[in-house]
Amino acid sequence: MLRTSLAVLAMLSLSTSLVQAQSAWTGGDDLPTSPLACDATPATPVAKPYDGGVTTNAPDRNGKPITVVDVPKLIGIGYFDATSKGIAEAAAEMGNMTATTDGPTEANIDDQITLLDNYITKGVDGILFAANDPVAIAPVLKKALAAGINVVGYDANSEPDARQWFVNQAEFNGIAKSLIDSLAAETGENASFAIVTSTFTTPNQARWIAEMGAYAAACHPGLKWLETVEAQEDNILSFNQANTLINKYGDELKGIVGMTSVATPAAADAVTQAGKCGSIAVVGLATPNAMKPYVASDCVKSVVLWNPVDLGYVAAYVLRAVADGTLKPGDTTVKAGKLGELSVINGSEILVGAPFVFNKENITNFDF
Amino acid sequence: MTWRKLLRHETILALLTVLALIVLASQSDKFFTLDNLLNQGRLMTEVGLIAVLMTFVIITGGIDLSVGSILGLVAILLGVFWKNLGLPLPVAIGLGLAVGTLAGLVNGLIITRFRVPPLIATLGTLALYRGIAEGISEARSVRGYPDWFFVLGQGQLLGVPMQLWILGAVTLVAAIVLGVTVWGRGVYAVGHNETAARFSGLQVDRIKLAIYASSGFAAALAAVIFVSRVSTTRSDMGTGIELDAITAVVLGGTSIFGGRGSIIGTVLGLILIQALTNGLSLAGIKSDGTIVLIGAVLILTILLSNQFHRNGNR
Repeated sequence: MLRTSLAVLAMLSLSTSLVQAQSAWTGGDDLPTSPLACDATPATPVAKPYDGGVTTNAPDRNGKPITVVDVPKLIGIGYFDATSKGIAEAAAEMGNMTATTDGPTEANIDDQITLLDNYITKGVDGILFAANDPVAIAPVLKKALAAGINVVGYDANSEPDARQWFVNQAEFNGIAKSLIDSLAAETGENASFAIVTSTFTTPNQARWIAEMGAYAAACHPGLKWLETVEAQEDNILSFNQANTLINKYGDELKGIVGMTSVATPAAADAVTQAGKCGSIAVVGLATPNAMKPYVASDCVKSVVLWNPVDLGYVAAYVLRAVADGTLKPGDTTVKAGKLGELSVINGSEILVGAPFVFNKENITNFDF
Repeated sequence: MTWRKLLRHETILALLTVLALIVLASQSDKFFTLDNLLNQGRLMTEVGLIAVLMTFVIITGGIDLSVGSILGLVAILLGVFWKNLGLPLPVAIGLGLAVGTLAGLVNGLIITRFRVPPLIATLGTLALYRGIAEGISEARSVRGYPDWFFVLGQGQLLGVPMQLWILGAVTLVAAIVLGVTVWGRGVYAVGHNETAARFSGLQVDRIKLAIYASSGFAAALAAVIFVSRVSTTRSDMGTGIELDAITAVVLGGTSIFGGRGSIIGTVLGLILIQALTNGLSLAGIKSDGTIVLIGAVLILTILLSNQFHRNGNR
């Protein structure tokens, strides 16, 4: 009986294997790409009608003091400490917003939903959120909209009609451009490089890699992509994979691109230990704290990410603008305090700006 | 002796729960409203289903740590059966429930056939089932279920959330089976003294198999309701839910060594925990503070209960 049961379970799991997506570079997805221009010309925004949600019977909040709850994916990590710092900063500047941050202690969809549900019952004027799952969070956010609460997302979106606006930290093609431009600047135009990613199917990483392939083909045709390797989001595996790349390609390898905040520092560590600083460039997505030692030792010159403090700051200003009624469906720009006018993209998203490149001059100003 | 009987664990817990409800209601006028209470019932259904069956498991002196992983596995399979294999959704639900029961049965078989301690057996399947779920899903979610399916997790019947009816029915059946049937006495007997139960002619292994299989079924049912409530499937669903369920059961007075416990206690434990999380949040206390308080309440209740039952056997 045990054997048959186990066999049935095993068959069930095998019968459902999925086909890998194909793309120019391994690890990219097969969705259409939209590479940016090679110089700094911003992309012309494609006009798209507002696709966000609407509140039901929201009271007039124009200029009145409002209470706002900020519910990030989880609390207690540097990244979301930085976003809530930005929110607090903006709230202090405006003077008529009380913002508190409360989130689950683990990135758990159910805890986040329950928490939001409680705040809706309690009655707040606005909700800021970073979704653990775009679809799972939608019913509870729609409930908030139906209760007349203003809802604005940041960092991780929900389905568009479940919130009013989403503050987008950086577009996929923007990140791709920053990574490839930084790489080409360090290795020169005719160099070979490899990529260390999490897994070939992780959505964000797959999107970035596909966009990088398209952008490199258009703007840096001399760059030669060698291989993409998977390293989960595992420290030791990332280090080993980077090490393997260094040994496998020898002098041919001029650069390593890390696609996760784990892979990038691990690759930098592998290059440092192999004594290849200066001859193999490491660029990638990472948080500043993990990269400070390598940037200080000149082994890594540029780390790409967005500025999470700005992200939170903009989210708070957007929520205020929605509550005041100064940001309405159809608007193309919104004012966000010291960051000035920001543009609306994709119907109901606000783009914070180009990705932020941390280097030796500015990295010590950040702590997350 | 009668005052001792009055101070059963369940009575203490009931008093504590009423006290908590009164205090919480005084802290926020949004707490004791029908809307909020029904909504809280909706939110606690998944943990509730699992906790009710977990009561049986713990009364036999066992534990089932794999329920959260079974929940995740069934959720993913539900999506895969329906979307990737193109089966009609009711068939997919039926198959999902069958797989959950099967997964529970495997737990039971490992425990009874190979005499593996339940803690270790289900710790193993906790990893195994979650691994299978993650392998199948490859971090992709299944979405776009038809509207009728959401009735289960988001709709209501006669003004009461749909899933609360299910939780109510399961609880009632469980309470009757455990409380008044011969089979229910057998469950206690197994937990009290397994060897004695065996020599008394009880089919101990059969009882255990049935209990672990039902525990798997409850987790599968919770998975279907969970998917319907949040309208998507993910492989990380149900992570950590086993601990929430065990907390409710233990708070409800079920002895972790087996032989003692009741469904009414578990229900009270569930209500107290849910009321505390919700009420404290409404009163403006952040979620990290709430967890600390729930831990404190758990320890305090057990201490209080032990104080009155120093003689041990009860």
